[in-house]
Amino acid sequence: MTDLTYREAMRGAIRTAMQEDERVFLMGEDVGHYGGCYAVTKGLLEEFGPQRIRDTPLSESAFTGAGIGAAMNGVRPIVEIMTCNFSLLALDQIMNNAATMRHMSGGQVTVPIVIRMATGGGRQLAAQHSHSLEGWYAHIPGLRVLAPATVEDAGGMLGPALADPDPVLIFENALLYNETGPAGDPGSVDIDHAAIRREGSDISLITYGGSLGKTLAAAGQLAGDGIDAEVLDLRVLRPLDDDAILATLAKTRRCVIVDEGWRSGSLSAEIMARIVEQGFWTLDAPLARVCSEEVPIPYAAHLEEAALPSAEKIVTAARTVLGR
Amino acid sequence: MGVFTMPSLGADMEAGTLVEWLKQPGERVDHGDIIAVVETDKGAIEVEVFEAGEIEALLVDPGQSVPVGTALARIAGDGHAEGHVSDDAGIDTDKPPAAAAAAVSPPEQKRPPRIAAELRASPAARTLAADRGIDLAAITGTGPDGAIQLSDVESAGVQPATAHSNGVDPSAMRRAIAAAMGRSKRDIPHYYLMHRIDMAPTLSWLSKYNEARAPAERLLLGVVLLKAAAVAVGDFPDFNGFYKADGYQPSEAVHVGSAISIRGGGLAAPAIRNTAEHSLPDLMKKLRDLVARTRRGELRSSEIGDPTVTISSLGERGVDSLWPIIYPPQVAIIGFGSPRTHPWASDDALAIRPVMNVSLAGDHRANDGHRGALLLRHIEELLAHPEDL
Amino acid sequence: MPEIRALVIEEIEAIAPDVAPVTIGDDEDVRDALDLDSMDIFNLIAALHQRTGIDIPDAEAARFVTVGGAVQWLLENGPG
Repeated sequence: MTDLTYREAMRGAIRTAMQEDERVFLMGEDVGHYGGCYAVTKGLLEEFGPQRIRDTPLSESAFTGAGIGAAMNGVRPIVEIMTCNFSLLALDQIMNNAATMRHMSGGQVTVPIVIRMATGGGRQLAAQHSHSLEGWYAHIPGLRVLAPATVEDAGGMLGPALADPDPVLIFENALLYNETGPAGDPGSVDIDHAAIRREGSDISLITYGGSLGKTLAAAGQLAGDGIDAEVLDLRVLRPLDDDAILATLAKTRRCVIVDEGWRSGSLSAEIMARIVEQGFWTLDAPLARVCSEEVPIPYAAHLEEAALPSAEKIVTAARTVLGR
Repeated sequence: MGVFTMPSLGADMEAGTLVEWLKQPGERVDHGDIIAVVETDKGAIEVEVFEAGEIEALLVDPGQSVPVGTALARIAGDGHAEGHVSDDAGIDTDKPPAAAAAAVSPPEQKRPPRIAAELRASPAARTLAADRGIDLAAITGTGPDGAIQLSDVESAGVQPATAHSNGVDPSAMRRAIAAAMGRSKRDIPHYYLMHRIDMAPTLSWLSKYNEARAPAERLLLGVVLLKAAAVAVGDFPDFNGFYKADGYQPSEAVHVGSAISIRGGGLAAPAIRNTAEHSLPDLMKKLRDLVARTRRGELRSSEIGDPTVTISSLGERGVDSLWPIIYPPQVAIIGFGSPRTHPWASDDALAIRPVMNVSLAGDHRANDGHRGALLLRHIEELLAHPEDL
Repeated sequence: MPEIRALVIEEIEAIAPDVAPVTIGDDEDVRDALDLDSMDIFNLIAALHQRTGIDIPDAEAARFVTVGGAVQWLLENGPG
C-alpha cells in the first residue's frame, strides 16, 4: 500500500468525489489559483475548471451561506474555510441555517454540505489563527463533526461525509498535512465510530485529531516504564461514540483525555461527564485531562509549546492517575 | 509530595541526561543528599536534593535526556523539591530554573482536591468491596495518596484461611473478620433472645454414652449442640438461608457453620454440609477433622462459603452467655454458653442443675422474635432427648 | 516416667502443632497455658489411648488437663 501525505490523501478524496459525482463542487478562499492555503486543492482548478473549483471573496458568511443554499437545491458543495478561527464569521450560517433547516422545514429540506476547515496551533501563527474550536461545533445538534487524525481517515472520511444528507464539518489539524502514512482503503472508513489506535490495559488515553500523534508518543514512553496505555482516537466528535469510550474505560478503569481545546466547557469536559454518568462504578481512579492552557495561543515558540498538549504532559498526567 | 526536577546548571543549559540514580524508590533522602548523576555539556554532575522524605518513584530512566524542569522523581515529603548541584561543582546553586526552562517543562498535574477525613477509594473498589462484604476501612490502599484501588480490594478479598496452606495469616484473617462483622453490624438489624436450659438430661446421657466407649469413639457436648441446632433450624426455615439484594431466600439444605477459634487470635466458621443428616458419631469425626484443618489453615472454599446458619459454642471454660454477631448473608447465629451448675427450681423444690444459656441473634429483616423464641424452645426439647438425635 | 512425660508432650504437639514446641510445668493447666480446648483434650486422650493401649475412662478426663496429672494417671493405671 502506498504512503501518502495527509494533504495528498485529502486532495485525492476531493478528486475522487468530483470525478464520481458531477454535483460535487468546491469553493473557498484561494482554493483555485493559489491551490489552497495549505495546498490541499493544488492542481484541481486545472483539472476541473473554474465552475467546480471556485475562488470566493473573503467573506465566510457569504460563501458558506451560498454553499448551504446550493446544498438545499440539490448539489453537493464542499466549502473550505481557511481556519476554524475564521469560521466564526460563518457561524450564523452554519448554526442557524445548516444545522436547523431539516428541523425548521419539517423534514422537507436537508442540507447535504461538507465544510472543511483547518484547526489547531503549533505553527507560530498566533492567537487569531491557532485555536481549536471543533468542541464548539460538537455542541450543535444537527451537525456531524469529524476529526480525521490519520492519512487513511483524511482520504476516507470525505466520501461518506458527502453521502450524508445532513451537514458535516471536517476539522483538519494543520500540523497533520505533512504527515505521511498508508493510504488505507477509503471504502472501509466510516464516520460513526471511534477507533483503538493502540491496545493497552492500564490506562485509556482518549484523544482525536492533531493530538493523536502526541498521545501515541506518550503511550510509547509509558510502555518503557511498564505502563500499558490504550489509545482511543475519537474520529467523530459529534455524535460521540459513547460505546467505544465506555468499552475502553471498562477495560482499563482509568483515563486521561487529551484535547487541544481549552479546558473549560470543552469536549474533554463532555467526555468526562459521560464517563461519570455511564461508567462511574467502573472507575478506579480520578479522571484526568490534558488540554490547551487557558490563554490565547501565544506567538512565541516556547510559549506556544508550553500552551499546547505535549507527550510529556500526557505522560505526567497518566502517571499521576496511576500513582507511579 | 515533592517533585525533584532536572535542575538548571547554568543559564545556558536547556537539557540534561540522567546518567545514574544513586537512590531508589523507598529510600529516605535528607537535605543535601546526592541522589543522581546528570550529564551536561559541562560534564557529569552529582545532583543534590534539598528536601527530606522518601523517594516514591523515579520518573526518568538513566540515559534519557530531558529538558530542564522535567520531573525526575517524586518524593513523599513536604513542599517542592528542587534539584541543585553540589557546591564543589562551582556553579551558582542559588539560581532558580530559568523562566524559559519552566515554560518547556511539563507542569505537575494537579490532583483533584481531596475531601477531608474521607476514605479514599475508587468507585470500582467500592463496588467490589460491597459485593464481597469487605470493609474498606480495613484495607490499605496502594493508589495515589494511599487511595484504595480495585486491585487492593481484590487482594484483600482472598479468603484468609484458604490462602495459606502452611498456616493462618492472622492479619488477613483479622481483616476478613473486621469486614464481615463490620458489614453485619452496619446492615443487619439484630435482635437477641436468651433462654436457660437444664442440661442434666443431655449431660447424663452423654456421660453414659461415653462411659462404654473407647476414647476415640466418644462424643463431645459440642457435637450434640451442633446436631440439635441443625435439626432445629431445619424446622424453622426462616432462620436458615441468606439475605441478599433481592431479599431473604431460605435454604433447603442445612449447612451449620461452627465458630472455631484460632489460638493467638482470630476465628473461622466453616460448615459441615447437610449437618442434620449425619449421625452424632459421624458429626464428631467431621468436627474433629474440621477443627484440625481450620487451625492448620487448610479449609476448603466450600466450607467457608457454604454455611446457612452458624453456631458459636463457648465450651466448658467460657462464660455464661454470648451475644453473637450474624455472619452475613446468613440471618441467624445461635450461641451456647458454658454449662454451669446453678440453683434450679424444679417441681416446687430447689435443685442444683447444670444450666446452659442458649442465645439467638436474628436478622429482623428475615425473622421475628416470636419465631426465634420458638426456635430456642425447640432446641431445648431436642437437647432433653439426645438419644433421638 | 521421663519417657511417659515425653510421650505426653509429643502428643500435645501432634494434636496442636500450632503450640509446638511445648514447654510447660507439670502442674500447669494446658487449657490455660496452651489455650487447648475440650476438642484438644479429647484428641490427646484418644492419642494416648492409641499409643499406650491403656483404656482411659471418660470420667478420668479431668486428670488430663495437666501434664503431671496425665503422667501420674498413666503410671498408676498402666500395665507395668
